[in-house]
Amino acid sequence: MPTYMLIMRATEAALAASKEQDFEAIINAMGAYNESMMEAGVMVGGEGLSDPSEGFVVDFSTPDLVVTDGPYGEVHELFNGFWLISVADRDEAIEWARRCPMGPGTKLEVRRVTDESDFADFADNEYIQKEAGWREELEHKNES
Amino acid sequence: MRDEPVAEPVGDAIARRLGAVWRIEGARVIATLTSLTGDVGLAEDLAQEACAEALRVWPRDGVPSNPGAWLTAVAKRRAIDAWRRQDALAERYARIASTLRESKDVELEPIGDAVLRLLFIACHPVLSTPAQCALALTLIGGLSTEQVARLFLVPVSTMQQRIVRAKRTLSAAAVPFTAPDPHEWRERLTGVLRVVYLIFTEGYAPAKGADPVQRELADEALRLGRRLVAMVPREPEAHGLLALMLLQSSRFSARVALDGSPVLLADQDRGRWDRQAILRGRAALRRVDELGRGRGPYAVQAAIAEQHAIAPSVEATDWHRIVLLYEVLGRLAPSPVVELNRAVAVSMADGPVDALAIVDRLEAQGSLANSPLLPSVRGELLARLGRTDEARIAFARAIPLVGNAAQRAVLERKVRALDPRHPAG
Repeated sequence: MPTYMLIMRATEAALAASKEQDFEAIINAMGAYNESMMEAGVMVGGEGLSDPSEGFVVDFSTPDLVVTDGPYGEVHELFNGFWLISVADRDEAIEWARRCPMGPGTKLEVRRVTDESDFADFADNEYIQKEAGWREELEHKNES
Repeated sequence: MRDEPVAEPVGDAIARRLGAVWRIEGARVIATLTSLTGDVGLAEDLAQEACAEALRVWPRDGVPSNPGAWLTAVAKRRAIDAWRRQDALAERYARIASTLRESKDVELEPIGDAVLRLLFIACHPVLSTPAQCALALTLIGGLSTEQVARLFLVPVSTMQQRIVRAKRTLSAAAVPFTAPDPHEWRERLTGVLRVVYLIFTEGYAPAKGADPVQRELADEALRLGRRLVAMVPREPEAHGLLALMLLQSSRFSARVALDGSPVLLADQDRGRWDRQAILRGRAALRRVDELGRGRGPYAVQAAIAEQHAIAPSVEATDWHRIVLLYEVLGRLAPSPVVELNRAVAVSMADGPVDALAIVDRLEAQGSLANSPLLPSVRGELLARLGRTDEARIAFARAIPLVGNAAQRAVLERKVRALDPRHPAG
């Protein structure tokens, strides 16, 4: 089954508005959504991201890379977190995305996660081979 | 078929949407209706009528904001209508009429609890194993009869009959829509785990057909396994089974060669193993240990699969540890298949002589008489010992016992390779 990433995107205005809302109500709505995905056996991962003021953007559009501290001003949409779900097909990914409790000014971008079949033609590539080892190393780091 | 850039007919889009909704909410809808009617067969019939109604109404009125509750409400209304039409005849409708009249709002059952009860019904011991697998996939997995028939490589009419008969059996046995009693809980849960694993193995190594794997079927089992873990998070063997399925599924891509033939473990390109599946499988195995109640048979099998998953090659595999794990498994769940697998591990750890002794003992006991496994392993061991003629005979004995064409072709190649007249194989 393909894995899809549901990526939360929100305008700064929507993000500011969400700070006015009852935080516990948001936690409850998201919690119920997460629970439904757990109970359906589709959730395989996910993280939320901290406030964009802690983040920064590296812009590659000029040779002198520009590093801008959050919350960026000129950026219209901010990534705020993601879920990874393993579902039957694209239709089911859309259906889960529809159920996400998000409000006006927010979007969910849905992308299929690549797997080893996407790199089948490069199976001999040194870095593709190394990646397997890296993933295991990362796992041990996450454990300790 | 849908490659052409033409607008999709509304009806098709709605049908696909309904399919996705059903995947997500079908189990809960049926669980709610079963809870109302006390009859899972009737509940499923009503749900199907509601889906047909959705295909008529949704293209016109749009998809309701809570599709699952809509389907349940329509199904309920259908039950009441039918009861009114033929109240003298339809006893089974009459039984539910009072509850239906009292409540106007549809209250969906809390997901975990109701779906778990539905899963216990689907895997009820009054049903045959194929029926249990079919019901688990249709009632809980949200697959259509056609989809399940395709995955199990049987004609749709056969699968329809199987499901109809299963529903009738459940009605006749008046199986209550309740969780098993505490005294039989363990046994019934073991039954559920067994059904999920059978579905998985039928995908991982199909008993028949032409393809060496049926990945979709194994994926459905994985999904059921994840569901089960969410519903019974304190059950170590549920995590153990999930760990086992994840670790085995990591080898899916490497199990099939470009020409579609199966690739044996020793010959697999380990770079093509799915590292994410391995990580998740190992994490599930850790969860078993965190629960602190020891490892059951599924967790021990997962630990064996883990040893393969972390080994860089066949030679670098810790075969002594695998032998130990098979000994543990043999004590927890003794079976000739476990013993045969132990023999394979022994052959890798200590050489073919000790292993052949185990296999010959099994054969003398008449174990696994109709399985291709024993002669295949025996042939492998004899070939390693240079006893070519005996090896060829052993492989040839295995061939007619294999139902899967791809697996049969592997054995036929081995027989040819051992034939002195065709030294190149």
